[in-house]
Amino acid sequence: MAMRENLAEEVAGLDALEMPAVPTVSRPVRLWKAAWPKLAALAIALALWQVVVWSGWKPDYALAGPAATFQELWDRLLDGTMLTALGMTMRRAFAGYALAVLVGVVLGSLVARIAVLRTAVGSLITGLQTMPSIAWFPLALLLFLPSESAIMFVMVLGAAPAIANGLIAGTDHIPPLLLRAGRVLGARDLALYRHVILPASLPSFLMGLKQGWAFAWRSLMAGELLVIIANRHSLGEQLNNAYEFANSAWLLATMVVILVIGIAVDSLVFGTLDRAIRRRWGLIDPAA
Amino acid sequence: MTTPLVEDPAPAGAGVPPVLQVESVSKVFGHGPAAVHALDRISLEVTAGEFVCLVGASGCGKSTLLHLLAALDSPTSGQLAVQGRTALMFQEAALFPWLTVGGNVSLALRLRGVPRGRRRPLVASLLESVHLEGLAGRRPHELSGGMRQRVALARALAQDADVLLMDEPFGSLDAMTRDLLHAELERLWTDRRFTVLFVTHNVREAVRLADRVLVLTSRPGRVAASFDVRIPRPRRIETPAVSALAGEITDQLSREVRRHGHA
Repeated sequence: MAMRENLAEEVAGLDALEMPAVPTVSRPVRLWKAAWPKLAALAIALALWQVVVWSGWKPDYALAGPAATFQELWDRLLDGTMLTALGMTMRRAFAGYALAVLVGVVLGSLVARIAVLRTAVGSLITGLQTMPSIAWFPLALLLFLPSESAIMFVMVLGAAPAIANGLIAGTDHIPPLLLRAGRVLGARDLALYRHVILPASLPSFLMGLKQGWAFAWRSLMAGELLVIIANRHSLGEQLNNAYEFANSAWLLATMVVILVIGIAVDSLVFGTLDRAIRRRWGLIDPAA
Repeated sequence: MTTPLVEDPAPAGAGVPPVLQVESVSKVFGHGPAAVHALDRISLEVTAGEFVCLVGASGCGKSTLLHLLAALDSPTSGQLAVQGRTALMFQEAALFPWLTVGGNVSLALRLRGVPRGRRRPLVASLLESVHLEGLAGRRPHELSGGMRQRVALARALAQDADVLLMDEPFGSLDAMTRDLLHAELERLWTDRRFTVLFVTHNVREAVRLADRVLVLTSRPGRVAASFDVRIPRPRRIETPAVSALAGEITDQLSREVRRHGHA
């Protein structure tokens, strides 16, 4: 048995030597490294904006300065009008996006699974993605009149193809070796789908969800500008009103909110999920 | 000690029914003039508990044969019979990156129908058997190539198969790691007495591990010779006995390869 103990020790020694050493960077350092370029870029953008305003290129009502814009934003946050509008817009965003995810997932899994369907509509789905969502609005207005349904219709048409495509690309790009490994383990049909195909296509599906969100958010903003429903205050409607009143501080403040929401969802929700998956799969260089 | 045969190599343990039987199996990929005959009427038998290595140059259809035995593909003609279940190990570990090391082993148990409550202790003991205790929570990418291949071995053992098919499983590892894995595999095989069909292009590795080494011809693949290895275990790859037999088998293999140079 002495030989066996030697073997175990030798194995342990080799393992210890071969385990990749991961350099650890403390959390504050990492956060600061990620944050300072963004903060610097923001500061430069604000400075440029201020310089343009100071130059007197355009009158105040057309282009308010950063100070006036953020003062307006602060006031509208305090008096609640911004939050009311934001609430309406976010409700629409979630409802429309949820419906788009549902449609995209059903469509994507059907097309990924059924060869005939893929031949029939595979390229159509990709084609739909290139269609600017605003081009759908006249038709949506004819079909649904200016209503929530019209906005939802365009959001789903904008976002669902991207989500479906993410799912299809994900199932297409699974390494054949992993599929074989799954089948060797005894996973067939539904079990193979659940234990191998679905998890393996997750990164690509997530990319589709992220892209779908961007499309849905853009469609929603276009929709809120075009489809004004009485007594429904939304961000798009605020933009429209600010324009009508020639109040550029209000307009820019609303735009800041729209931009921040877009960035926040993209980086906080999808960015976090994406990083979590890539870390788990070992697709992030730990030294980088 | 050697019995070069051209046809119908006799099983080592005469009288014991074969656990794995390949009879006149052919596999053709493609059609018409472009068709590739990967295997041409190949026949072989492996008895229960036997460790058989298949060696051959590229294009002898070694991997194809294992895929057929693992039911990943079906033969163009001929009969395959396997008593019991098979597990297959690939040249790469082929672990699922979305699962932990323990999760990979556990999935094999789950797909075999082992109830949830019994999986955790089994995973722990399987990982222990390949000297990876305590690493169940790690991700595959955090391990070295040799460690990943041991996880794959633990996963294959989790299938509790009667026949372990191995497709050049240590081909991409460095020599030192490979030596250790040979010892590990030999130990597990001695303890558990499963049947192994091990494909390799490394003749020394074959002699180091096998009870019997089968030499395959290339394009189309057939069994050209069978060598019984009667070197006592545990063996070491650098001993003269292993070298001598490996030399003999290599000569046989070279004759096979030269045949193609003249064709």
